[in-house]
Amino acid sequence: MASITIEAITKTFGTVPVLHDIDLSIGDGEFVVLVGPSGCGKSTLLRMIAGLEDITAGEIRIDGRRINEVAPKDRDIAMVFQSYALYPHMTVADNMSYSLRLRKTTKERIAEAVNSAAGKLGLDPLLARRPKALSGGQRQRVAMGRAIVRHPKAFLFDEPLSNLDARLREQMRAEIKRLHKAIGATSVYVTHDQIEAMTLADRIVAMHGGIIQQVGNPLDLYDRPANLFVAGFIGSPAMNFVEGHCRAGAIATVDGSTVAVPDGIHLAEGQAVTVGVRPEHVRIVAGPEAGSYAARVDLVEPTGFGTIVHVRLLGEDLKIYTLERGAAEVGQPLHIALDGARLHIFDRETTNRIG
Amino acid sequence: MTRKRAVLTVLHRLAVLAYVAFALFPLFWLLKVSVTPTSLLYTEGIRLWPSQASLEHYKFVLTHSSFPTFFLNSTIVSASTAVIVTLVASLAGYAMSRFVFRGKYWIVSLLLLTQMFPLVMLIAPMFKMLSPLGLTNSLTGLVIVYVAFNVPFATFLMQSFFDGIPKDLEDAAMIDGATRFTAFRQIILPLTLPGIAATLGFVFTAAWSELLFALMLISGNQATTFPVGLLSFVSKFSVDFGQMMAAGVLALIPACLFFLLIQRYLVQGLTAGAVKG
Ligand SMILES: Nc1ncnc2c1ncn2[C@@H]1O[C@H](COP(=O)(O)OP(=O)(O)OP(=O)(O)O)[C@@H](O)[C@H]1O
Ligand SMILES: [Mg+2]
Repeated sequence: MASITIEAITKTFGTVPVLHDIDLSIGDGEFVVLVGPSGCGKSTLLRMIAGLEDITAGEIRIDGRRINEVAPKDRDIAMVFQSYALYPHMTVADNMSYSLRLRKTTKERIAEAVNSAAGKLGLDPLLARRPKALSGGQRQRVAMGRAIVRHPKAFLFDEPLSNLDARLREQMRAEIKRLHKAIGATSVYVTHDQIEAMTLADRIVAMHGGIIQQVGNPLDLYDRPANLFVAGFIGSPAMNFVEGHCRAGAIATVDGSTVAVPDGIHLAEGQAVTVGVRPEHVRIVAGPEAGSYAARVDLVEPTGFGTIVHVRLLGEDLKIYTLERGAAEVGQPLHIALDGARLHIFDRETTNRIG
Repeated sequence: MTRKRAVLTVLHRLAVLAYVAFALFPLFWLLKVSVTPTSLLYTEGIRLWPSQASLEHYKFVLTHSSFPTFFLNSTIVSASTAVIVTLVASLAGYAMSRFVFRGKYWIVSLLLLTQMFPLVMLIAPMFKMLSPLGLTNSLTGLVIVYVAFNVPFATFLMQSFFDGIPKDLEDAAMIDGATRFTAFRQIILPLTLPGIAATLGFVFTAAWSELLFALMLISGNQATTFPVGLLSFVSKFSVDFGQMMAAGVLALIPACLFFLLIQRYLVQGLTAGAVKG
C-alpha cells in the first residue's frame, strides 16, 4: 500500500494537449474516483500512473519516490482494464498467476494466492477454463482476480464495469467496495458513471477537458458543486438550471418570474447568473403560497421508487423528483416551490459557484 | 421457404464443387500424365486414366536424374528463406504495429515502393551486385535475394496480424511485471502463431516455385533448384512430359508436408475471448 502524489502533470499527444497541470495527492488506502465525460483524459491520467503513457511534464511519486522514469513492471501497481485484457491462451488460473510467475514466486505460494483470490471472487469452478469460455461477468471477475493476487501497492481501475449489464454492474460495484474494505489498498478508479463515483469514492475527482474541476468527498460534490460542470455532472436525475439576471435584489428569469436570492449571497445588479436546483429539492405544494409558481405538467416518468415530473417553468424544462406516486398527471396544473436553502447560484460568465 | 433453402444449398454445393474441380483438375492431369507410360501417352487419345499405369517415370527421375539434388537445394533455399523472412517480418511488423517512430511513414512508403517494380527489371543489377561477392551460383545468394524480395510483403502481413491483437494485452502483461520483450514472447507471439504460420507458408511456397532469379543467378547443376530443373526436361527437339510430371508431383510433396505441419496454427480464432466480445 502506498500514497500517490501527482504534481503539475501535463500531457500532450503530439501537439494535442490532453491534460493540463493536474495536481492530486492520494493518501495511503484511499479510494479515489476520477469522473468526467468521455475524452476528458481520465484514462490518460490513469495510464500515466501505471507507466503506460509518457509524462510530458510534471512528476508522479509513489510513497515519495519519483517514478516518471520507472518501467511499469517495477511500479508494483495492478490495473483492471475496461476490456479486461485477459490472456486468451491461458487458463483462468494461469491468467491470475502470471504476475506471480514472472516474479518467480514458489508454486505453493502461487497456488495459495490464486485459491484465496478465486475464493473471494467465486472463481473456483472456473480456474481451468480459458477466457473465451467465460461470460462477460466472469471475465470481469478474472480481471479483478488477476489484480488482487498480487497484493500490489495500488490498484488502478479503468471503467471496469462499463461492459456489464446494469444488474451485474450493481453487484460488482458492491463487491469492489467490499474488497476495498477488506484489503484497504490505495485505489484509483476511473468511471463516467456518477453513481459508481458516488457510491465507491472516499474522494471524487471531477475532470473536464483535461482540467480538474473539483476534488472532494462525494456528498461535498453533491451538496456544494464548485461550478456548473460539476453541478450538472453529479446527481441523477441531473440538476435543473435556470438562467436569469439580478434585478432589484432578486433573480429575474427569462419568462418574467423571479427567484428570491438565498440568504447570505450578494449579487451585483444586472449580474448574469444560473440558478441550480436539484429535482429532489423542487416541491409540489397544495396551493399557492409565498414564492410558489403555477405550472402545468408536461411529462411524467415513473421510475418505480420515485417519479420524475417535468413541468415548463422559469423558461426551462424543470424536473421534479417526488416519492409520491400519482402526484401529477400530464396536463394537470400544479403549484411548485423551490427549496430556497438548497439553491445553487453560479456566475454565468465564470461558471463558478457564488453560493 | 425450406424448399427454396434446399435449392439454394444444392446450388451452393454445386458451385463449390465446380470450383474445386476446376482448381484441382490440372493437379489430377499432372498425376495422370506422370503415371502414363511414354508409349501410351500419344497413342491412347484423351482418357481420364491410362489403360496401364506405371511408376517408371518416378523411378527414372529418382535414380537417373539430378532431381534429388534439386529437391534438396529447393528445400534448403525455401526453408531458410521462410524462416529468415518470418523472423525479420515478425519483428518489423511488431514495430510497425506498436511503435510510433520518426521516419515510419517513409519506411512504409519505401517498403511499398519495392513491391512496385517488375522483377525482370532488377535481374541485371542483382547479378552485377552478387557476382563480385561470389554469390551467384550459390544457394546463399539465392536465399539473400529471396529474403530481400519477400520481407516487405511479409512485414505488412505480420503487421496486420499484430494489429489484430489488442494493445491492452501487452499493457496488462507489462503491468503484471513483464518487460516489453517478455510480453512479446509470452503473450503476443503465442497469439500470432496463425499469422506466423501463414507467413511461413506464404514465403515457403513463393521461394519453392520461384523460377526467374533461380534461372538467372544459377548455372551449375549443384546449386540448381527444382523449378529450373524442371526446365531441363524441355530439350530443343522434344519434351519428356512423363518425367517432367513425375518430377512435378514429387515437388508437391514437400510443400504439402509443410502445410500439413503448420495447418494446426492456421486455424483462426485463437484470440477469441481476449477482450469483451
Ligand atoms: N494515443 C493518442 N494519441 C492522440 N490522442 C489521444 C491518444 N490517446 C488519447 N488521446 C486523446 O486524449 C483525450 C483523452 O483521452 P482518454 O482516453 O484519457 O479519455 P477518457 O477520459 O478516458 O475517455 P473515455 O471515458 O471515453 O474512456 C481524448 O481526446 C483522446 O482523443
Ligand atoms: Mg477511458
